[in-house]
Amino acid sequence: MTDHAIRVSSHKGEPRVSPIYDPKVRSIFFQILTAVIVVLVTWSISHNVSVNLARANIASGYSFLAGRSGFDIGFAMISYSSDSTYGDALLVGLINTILVAITGIFTATIIGFMIGIGRLSRNWLIAKLCTVYVEVFRNIPPLLVIFFWYSGVLSSLPQVRDSLNLPFSMFLNNRGLAFPKPLWGDGAYLILVAFLVAVIATLAIAMWAKQRQMRTGKQFHTIWAGAGLIVGLPLLTFLALGAPLSFDYPIAGRFNLSGGSVIAPEFVALYLALSFYTAAFIAEIIRAGIRGVAKGQSEASFALGLQPSTTTRLVVIPQAMRIIIPPLTSQYLNLTKNSSLGVAIGFPELVSTGGTTMNQTGQAVEVISIWLVVYLTISIVTSLFMNWFNAKMALVER
Amino acid sequence: MKKTLLSAAIGTAVLGFASAASAATLDDVKAKGFVQCGVNTGLAGFAQPDSAGNWKGFDVDYCKAVAAAVFGDATKVKYTPTTAQSRFTALQSGEIDLLARNTTWTINRDTALGFNFRYVNYYDGQGFMVPKSLNVKSALELSGAAVCVQAGTTTELNLADYFKANKLEYKPVVFEKLEEVNAAYQAGRCDVYTTDQSGLYSLRLGLSNPDDHIILPEIISKEPLAPAVRQGDDKWFDIVTWTGYALIQAEEFGITQTNLDEMKNSTNPDIRRFLGVEKDTKIGTDLGLTNDWAYNIIKGVGNYGEVFERNIGANTPLKIQRGLNALWTKGGLQYAPPVR
Repeated sequence: MTDHAIRVSSHKGEPRVSPIYDPKVRSIFFQILTAVIVVLVTWSISHNVSVNLARANIASGYSFLAGRSGFDIGFAMISYSSDSTYGDALLVGLINTILVAITGIFTATIIGFMIGIGRLSRNWLIAKLCTVYVEVFRNIPPLLVIFFWYSGVLSSLPQVRDSLNLPFSMFLNNRGLAFPKPLWGDGAYLILVAFLVAVIATLAIAMWAKQRQMRTGKQFHTIWAGAGLIVGLPLLTFLALGAPLSFDYPIAGRFNLSGGSVIAPEFVALYLALSFYTAAFIAEIIRAGIRGVAKGQSEASFALGLQPSTTTRLVVIPQAMRIIIPPLTSQYLNLTKNSSLGVAIGFPELVSTGGTTMNQTGQAVEVISIWLVVYLTISIVTSLFMNWFNAKMALVER
Repeated sequence: MKKTLLSAAIGTAVLGFASAASAATLDDVKAKGFVQCGVNTGLAGFAQPDSAGNWKGFDVDYCKAVAAAVFGDATKVKYTPTTAQSRFTALQSGEIDLLARNTTWTINRDTALGFNFRYVNYYDGQGFMVPKSLNVKSALELSGAAVCVQAGTTTELNLADYFKANKLEYKPVVFEKLEEVNAAYQAGRCDVYTTDQSGLYSLRLGLSNPDDHIILPEIISKEPLAPAVRQGDDKWFDIVTWTGYALIQAEEFGITQTNLDEMKNSTNPDIRRFLGVEKDTKIGTDLGLTNDWAYNIIKGVGNYGEVFERNIGANTPLKIQRGLNALWTKGGLQYAPPVR
């Protein structure tokens, strides 16, 4: 088409062509056409839905969120009862989703790094074990991995009346892990303040140490100084306040353990399944990233006399990170979205509490729109953060 | 879970298109050649496929009865297994024509959800099942227990209300599918299993040692189970309603699958009108069906008593007594308005 346009113009010897053949005009026309079609389809669907809802006498709108939910949720991080609203129920689900996503991302990254580096190991057994791990978990659907962990957790742990007694008054049974709940006394917030101060001080020391090393070449043991500060300062505050801490211990009741805090087996199963499943993918990304750094880089580093560990830390990993971060972002997003599979084992995440809400109120369209918006928001926030991190790690050209 | 999302997605996307035709479900059904019936994913005695893959059960017979009324052939049904969560969206979206899935009739479902119910095919109430080893004699002793319950049911709400009203503590363990609740109860994830009592009898059969579990005497709610259709299609609603009443009326008349053809020669005008052999009767055609509609229903599935006894009655493994579900003439609540 472009060829044709060019031929026409060169033949006539003038730069202007018929608008039909002008690529600019065409492109604008098709963009407008696409936009109109999208708008029309969206409008007709939403119009149809509202007409049909009205005809079926189904109330619409989001006012149901303020209504009393009437159902209980077994695992809630905020205070929730059947007197709370549907909005609270969705919030409980959202917090549970975020909780399992963050803990899962954290663990999956650590396992993924270990397995990915393990696959590159010169030790035959370690390399093969890591390969088997990746191939097994990568080739099983995540839902099966979740069922595997759930039935694994449920069937391998003892019944509640034969709970395993662990140290520090902890109990393990197939209803979860019960442990003493810390009850903080007066002024306990100062401990948190001390902790934050220690973190900031450590960061400041790290910056100072780096500058000094740049200037003089002298190294400073930032890690030890930081660890001392972060552990020591809150501990000193804690002792100075007179140890304002007591515990609510779990006690065996007629049916269950009462008191204390419990980590539900549903959470553990979902968390482990998502971590192990996603770690297989992360391992491959890590391996690809490290392999992607040219061999000459580490050889040059050795030639300069750097130790292998220092070479990995200062030469290979920073370059590998540029390859690793973008696909890592999609794995984080996958993990977050896969957490919705928790509904299958009764973990009350967003899809689970939303599903119950939908069923009790009949507000399918509204609840689904909330799901869409929430997952979209979580994913976009994760992407933005990872893009920022990527930009920071990207090659800075001087 | 897939099914919820699928039907939920259909609910949002197709609601506009599928139910546009819902104003005339009967015409749709006739054009398709079968009734699309929403049933339980598997509840022994109520709706469960047998070893040959044929759906059997109390609720399934209601699907068959409607098919018999419309087509004169009780086999013209296709079944959509629905979970407690997916059932309503499936009906709202037009994926199914009729929901016969041990569903409790409540005002909220009748109004806000946009459904219509008119007769109760099984009067039920919510109960509790516990392992015998716990030595529990009453639901009031259950404080502190972990309770297994299916998500999105009236059961879940009654449970919360009952424990709150009696100032008892409990820990809900909620699953979407019945199979998952069963597995969790068997694995000891919870102490108590709660659902409609009929459901408990049915579920107990599926446990590895049914005799190790008892059903507590308390019934904490009214659970009138009823077939549902979409609002806004009175003709279809009438057909489903009167199919249900025909089953009860047939039992009251003493018409059974075996004596059906003899009854056609009955001199009782009520029976003759009911079976469509009275001259100039218009009952069937007024419903939009043929005049032998009731004859076809009884021929297909038998009367209410036969449906009950065949699927859940004293001679079945469930051994459920008629109780509230006896005819009104025998002290029960099953009562049909006159067919005339």
